[in-house]
Amino acid sequence: MAPAVILLLGWMLVPLTATLYFSFKKYLPLRGDSLENGLEWVGFQNYTRFVGSSSFWPSVQTTLIIVGSVLVITVILGVLLALLLDQPMWGQGIVRILIISPFFVMPTVSGLVWKNMFMDPINGILAHLFRFFGAEPLQWLSQASLQSIVLIVSWQWLPFATLILLTAIQSLDSEQLEASEMDGAPALSRFWHIILPHLGRAITVVILIQTIFLLSVFAEIFVTTAGAFGTKTLTYLIFQRVLESQNVGLGSAGGVYAIILANIVAIFLMRIVGKNLDR
Amino acid sequence: MNFKQALTAVGVASLMATSAAHADNLVIATVNNGDMIRMQGYTDDFTAKTGHTVEWVTLEENVLRQRVTTDITTKGGAFDIMTIGMYETPIWGKNGWLVPLDDLSADYNVDDILPAMSGGLSYEGTLYAAPFYGESSMIMFRTDLMEAAGMEMPEAPTWDFIAKAAAAMTDRDNEINGICLRGKAGWGEGGAFITAMSNSFGARWFDEDWNAQFDTEEWANTLNFFNDMMSASGPAGFATNGFNENLSLFQQGKCGMWIDATVAASFVTNPKDSTVADSVGFALAPDTGMGKRSNWLWAWALGIPAGTQKEAAAKQFIEWATGTGYIEMVAEKEGWANVPPGARTSLYENENYKDVPFAKMTLDSILSADPNDSTVKPSPYVGVQFAAIPEFAGIATEVSQEFSAAYAGQQTVAEALEKAQALTNDAMEAAGYR
Amino acid sequence: MARATTKTRKAVVTIAAWMIGLTIFFPILWTILTSFKTEGQAINDPPLFFFFDWTLENYAIVQERSNYMRFLWNSIIIAGGSTVLGIIIAVPAAWSMAFVPSKRTKDILLWMLSTKMLPAVGVLYPIYLMFIKLGLLDTRIGLVIVLMLINMPIIVWMLYTYFREIPAEILEAARMDGASLRSEILYVLTPMAIPGIASTLLLNFILAWNEAFWTLNLTAAKAAPLTAFIASYSSPEGLFFAKLSAASTMAIAPILILGWFSQKQLVRGLTFGAVK
Repeated sequence: MAPAVILLLGWMLVPLTATLYFSFKKYLPLRGDSLENGLEWVGFQNYTRFVGSSSFWPSVQTTLIIVGSVLVITVILGVLLALLLDQPMWGQGIVRILIISPFFVMPTVSGLVWKNMFMDPINGILAHLFRFFGAEPLQWLSQASLQSIVLIVSWQWLPFATLILLTAIQSLDSEQLEASEMDGAPALSRFWHIILPHLGRAITVVILIQTIFLLSVFAEIFVTTAGAFGTKTLTYLIFQRVLESQNVGLGSAGGVYAIILANIVAIFLMRIVGKNLDR
Repeated sequence: MNFKQALTAVGVASLMATSAAHADNLVIATVNNGDMIRMQGYTDDFTAKTGHTVEWVTLEENVLRQRVTTDITTKGGAFDIMTIGMYETPIWGKNGWLVPLDDLSADYNVDDILPAMSGGLSYEGTLYAAPFYGESSMIMFRTDLMEAAGMEMPEAPTWDFIAKAAAAMTDRDNEINGICLRGKAGWGEGGAFITAMSNSFGARWFDEDWNAQFDTEEWANTLNFFNDMMSASGPAGFATNGFNENLSLFQQGKCGMWIDATVAASFVTNPKDSTVADSVGFALAPDTGMGKRSNWLWAWALGIPAGTQKEAAAKQFIEWATGTGYIEMVAEKEGWANVPPGARTSLYENENYKDVPFAKMTLDSILSADPNDSTVKPSPYVGVQFAAIPEFAGIATEVSQEFSAAYAGQQTVAEALEKAQALTNDAMEAAGYR
Repeated sequence: MARATTKTRKAVVTIAAWMIGLTIFFPILWTILTSFKTEGQAINDPPLFFFFDWTLENYAIVQERSNYMRFLWNSIIIAGGSTVLGIIIAVPAAWSMAFVPSKRTKDILLWMLSTKMLPAVGVLYPIYLMFIKLGLLDTRIGLVIVLMLINMPIIVWMLYTYFREIPAEILEAARMDGASLRSEILYVLTPMAIPGIASTLLLNFILAWNEAFWTLNLTAAKAAPLTAFIASYSSPEGLFFAKLSAASTMAIAPILILGWFSQKQLVRGLTFGAVK
């Protein structure tokens, strides 16, 4: 295989081996443990402790909720938006530019902007809006924390989904569509029988790529809730174990679990959507 | 080049020639607090005096902490000076990761550092980091609102008084909240506040055998009191408010009282940023008559990682930044209210500084906090709003997340305490204490 | 009659699309607007839209505090370097996968993609120790290598989907004419795949530009890019919406402008061969 594959193997194997190695060791850097002094072997203790923590299952659940919700939102809204943008209109180029813009924004920046300037319950613009309509401003990040995270992340990924789906729709054979229009097929059935099947492959790609990035969402949570209010994902829990608690062994065991979860999701994806890629 | 610059250049050249020292480039990691940012503006003065140049890495507090901890535990050597606090210094000093600051020059006058500060920044009597500024916490309140409420703030109020005053000052229609306090998750945010507060309610984190104490009545009292008062008189969304959010609210005139870091006093009394600058009063942090007040003790300090090649230059920088000369320079250019407070005894003996409205209360607050004896019942740890053990930051962050969830109404106070108890004991077991 | 309906319809579609577009763009627009306000105006209730005294003071303050150009330059070098290097290495790999496929090719590709799902923080310590040993800490070259490896799966996959769309007959024809493997890739394949390579380049430039874990944790003063620049503004003292907006605008403006100009190219690449 080519150098890229070998490089990637190296990149995969070195940290993976290191993670596996640390996961069986007691490695508390702040207690003075270091590689030079040798690390104590503790068997599967880190593994049982990581799963035994009361935060473990909630964090897996949170991860799946965030990934699932963002996928559903971006795909559905993406299809609808793509359908809309496919219609003839004035200034389509500019609208496209407006819609794709969030994709370019750094996750840290979007987290900061949403948290402070939009979701702040006193000075945020959403609070102003709520008050304007005489409503009590919603305390987004504490009362609707998970929904807020999903909203921020969806905002970042909706452009991606929309534009892929739009390109796919535009490649649809217009003669085919026109023919069905002539036949008097109602819009809904046209969508169901012609457009949606055509989008299958594009939707697959959207799901696959987004899942990869969504499983490791971090900055948006770190900046907004710092893992409080039930927004702790598995990635965030590992971060807490490694960097906040400075327990590298425990965090590494968590890393191994995350790899397992990622692979379960990957196998799941391959089974369900992988076939679509071959068409 | 104008005359002044030329003079400086000549001065630098001669200084470099006489000391025969080569110029180093120091990389300094620091936190994005106002006083630190002000110091960055004066870097040229240091370079002019010593010939060494400085590169700043300014990071938000939590990011900074991760970044420097990773570097020090791996002996990465990415920084020549690190800005650390009272929590890290004794732990790192014990591990031998910091250069002992036991040979600073006579001019620097180490003995001038407030004993509370040098005590918290030492391990076994050796100073490992020099305080750039020190702080305790105190009450900042709106004198006009207090008067309108028909009440008078005592110099050393109780929590009951505070709750009453907060309710009296609250005016929801005009967006005035009686009291603003930290509810944000994180051990250095809401965690620090509630821990300091719990001291005054007779609570402690651990008993003498390192058993978590969240199942005690004292903790239930602390948390219930806090939650009830904040729900009644606090700002909306207080569960996500930290230092900066509250400072911003207070400056906008949306808080009647605010109990927080003493350094905030200079920000809320600065007419440039604060709309309420001329009506701020100060008082000691409240108590419940059990013998401990609810104020903390903290210092942001500069330490040198062991193994740096630039130890001499780094020490020069520390002497420059934390010495009396720097204080005088800032006082001359920006006024006495803006000098870094809380680090040196001489500052509080200075006649000019006595005119600063919050000077006395800051010093009194600092002096009334004792890291070695912070709880009513005996405890095995050092620290007022933290326990200086390596595991604390991780545990306290998770505990404070449970508390914040209770503030936001996602669980009851009892549930939060139960979870806190379990996860603390769990982590302490993992670390081998129990 | 028919014409009138199309016109009405076009107007309705236009209004709807513009409203949705502006809503989605609004957070960015609001950030840019706020960066030109004073701190007091930034939190004004009701919010101020265009009628306020525009000021540049926030930009001046941010620039005074941090040397923007250096962060920007590091971002350009790191994002650009890792992308270009990644493509140079990935082209042969993608070529062999597309034109000499084995039974396992698809598995390898998906496996490569799944490596992207590893949480970065889990390997922070090993990577950090490696960087110290190799002297790569706080160097641009170190980050170029790390980001290249991180984005490699995406690069390989994108190129693979592009190459697969090139009819094999063309290559065979070239081979008959006696072209070597090298010149086959260089003179036949690459020109045909230029649009695909361009969009791959763009997407990975964006991903590398926005990567905020490694760029923050492996740098100090010398190699820190814009992600580190913004990390010092997440909670400054007191009123800070305007300053935060200015810093945010400075951090995202270059990539936003690049994205606007190249969005057509980019979108074509983003489809990952989804469109036949």
